[in-house]
Amino acid sequence: METLTFKFNATKSVPKHAYVGVVASGDLEILLEPSKEEKAYVVVRTASDGFGETWKNLLDRFFAVHDIAANIEINDFGATPGMVSMRLLQALEVCSSEKTER
Amino acid sequence: MNESELGISSGRSWTTRRDKKARQLAKVEKLVKGRIIPADRIVEVLENLIVTGDCVALEGNNQKQASFLSKALNNVDPDKVNDLHMIMSSVSRPEHLDIFEKGIARKLDFSYSGAQSLRMAQMIEDGVVKVGSIHTYLELYGRLFIDLTPNIALVAADKADAEGNLYTGPNTEETPTIVEATAFRDGIVIVQVNELVDELPRVDIPGSWVDFIVVADRPYQLEALFTRDPRLISEMHILMAMMTIRGIYERHNVTSLNHGVGFNTAAIELILPTYGESLGLKGKICKNWALNPHPTLIPAIESGWVESVHCFGGEVGMEKYVAARPDVFFTGRDGSLRSNRAMSQVAGQYAVDLFIGSTFQIDADGNSSTVTSGRLAGFGGAPNMGADPHGRRHATDAWLNMITGESQIARGQKLVVQMVETYQNGHAPVFVESLDAIKVGHDAKLPVAPVMIYGDDVTHVVTEEGIAYLYKARSLEERRMALAAVAGVTPIGQQCSVEMTEQLRQDGIVALPEDLHVKRTDAKRSLLAAKSIDDLVKWSDGLYEPPAKFRNW
Repeated sequence: METLTFKFNATKSVPKHAYVGVVASGDLEILLEPSKEEKAYVVVRTASDGFGETWKNLLDRFFAVHDIAANIEINDFGATPGMVSMRLLQALEVCSSEKTER
Repeated sequence: MNESELGISSGRSWTTRRDKKARQLAKVEKLVKGRIIPADRIVEVLENLIVTGDCVALEGNNQKQASFLSKALNNVDPDKVNDLHMIMSSVSRPEHLDIFEKGIARKLDFSYSGAQSLRMAQMIEDGVVKVGSIHTYLELYGRLFIDLTPNIALVAADKADAEGNLYTGPNTEETPTIVEATAFRDGIVIVQVNELVDELPRVDIPGSWVDFIVVADRPYQLEALFTRDPRLISEMHILMAMMTIRGIYERHNVTSLNHGVGFNTAAIELILPTYGESLGLKGKICKNWALNPHPTLIPAIESGWVESVHCFGGEVGMEKYVAARPDVFFTGRDGSLRSNRAMSQVAGQYAVDLFIGSTFQIDADGNSSTVTSGRLAGFGGAPNMGADPHGRRHATDAWLNMITGESQIARGQKLVVQMVETYQNGHAPVFVESLDAIKVGHDAKLPVAPVMIYGDDVTHVVTEEGIAYLYKARSLEERRMALAAVAGVTPIGQQCSVEMTEQLRQDGIVALPEDLHVKRTDAKRSLLAAKSIDDLVKWSDGLYEPPAKFRNW
């Protein structure tokens, strides 16, 4: 078990919180709360140690395109980087949507 | 000079193969009862029928194995029979390689060795197995009629009658092809059967092609290779399936196709009746298939999506369901499926719009391989279907849709789609700088690296990131960038900048889910028409009978 923290500058605010993913092997859950600060804070708790570089690359790419101001908590249960990207973008879809979450 | 003088001057016999066969048959006259070899004499009979150095086609097939005969061959005395040249489309069982360790066999021409891939790589490297070539299925079948015609065929059938007629039923696969090549050039055809009966349900192979029948002590080995449990389909598979339906099947009007086996393609099959239906695509796409009887296709068939399916082989548990749907499947007068791998491979190569499959590794140029470090799995049929057949001349919408130039003699192209997650489980990147196949090929001293599908045949790559429309790329560099744009955070993916991806999207060479109006949050398991094997049984009205290992309720 490893805990990683990341910080990014942010310019875009998001209207609401998001919760996506599942607690299951090979998957992850993401909790996203809008932030008033122009910053994004990401805390990753991962079951797979030693992938800090991959997490950094992945989050760098995400925030390069979607620099949202949010506090993001990720609980990872051995998801592949592809799965992580998909879940992050799902969280973005939910928190950016004006409609009520289903 | 008259005709008889000409004959004498040529001085050769034109019947050496026939004479040899007659000599061999004479040797076993007292051991057999007409066409029937008593099961307990099979080893002795093989020792007398097979001559050292013979070319022997042993039915290691994809699903079906002539397991009684392969065990018998493994028990012949290597002092009596050795140095055989084996032809096996599929090297599947331990004794398929044991015979090489014992010296019974020396040379091997094959297509696929999935189950034995690790040992195969080692035995080739150690020089125990001398490989002629690793083939695609169609190449190997072709060579049976050119320069690899067997002296002996050891094959499996369900039933035989006293005249030697054979019933191979749903699992016909490639048995007729091997038997035809052997029988019509004076080889000896030996068939293991599960039972001898007075009347066959139908004749799949006529008795005049068959020399000997042996009733095996137990039914031939048969594996369910094409069953995928819907429980194991993830939301990522579903996202990729949604993109494929919108961005490829709908966009190019794909009506005829082959699906490789895997959870990605199973996801496509299972969301046709839900997601596909919601897009109004029923009757417009995915009508005619070259496909094994995938249980995951049942909901689409039951919902009226599928007009026809021609099968390479059977699938354990699907017999009754297939027999009850003769409008869709190719069935005999007895009602059961007739599969035929050679014909279905031809169909899958020449007659379908699209092939889609998964792979383990893709390089920067789109070349792909299922060979990974130390494992030599061979090719099977994917390269036949995952290639643009330049001999194709008939046009369909999808085929014409691949034309990008303005030339007066432009031709269409087969859609060859690779559908992969950017990383495998265990965090191994699928997109790599260099394929493991290069080293494995080198270590096994193969003349060329064992590439499954060459990049220049690939028209589309689908990942969880999006679709790369490689056929649209205007240069090799643009093609590489398009591939990198969907390669995620793999080292290959890092080569494409945010700006470059944006440009490729604007040019229509790359599409992200949002470009295809696919919402990532819609990729839910609730879209699957069946979420478990039990659901598939229900869809089939109880006709699908899954094997025990897939029963989890």
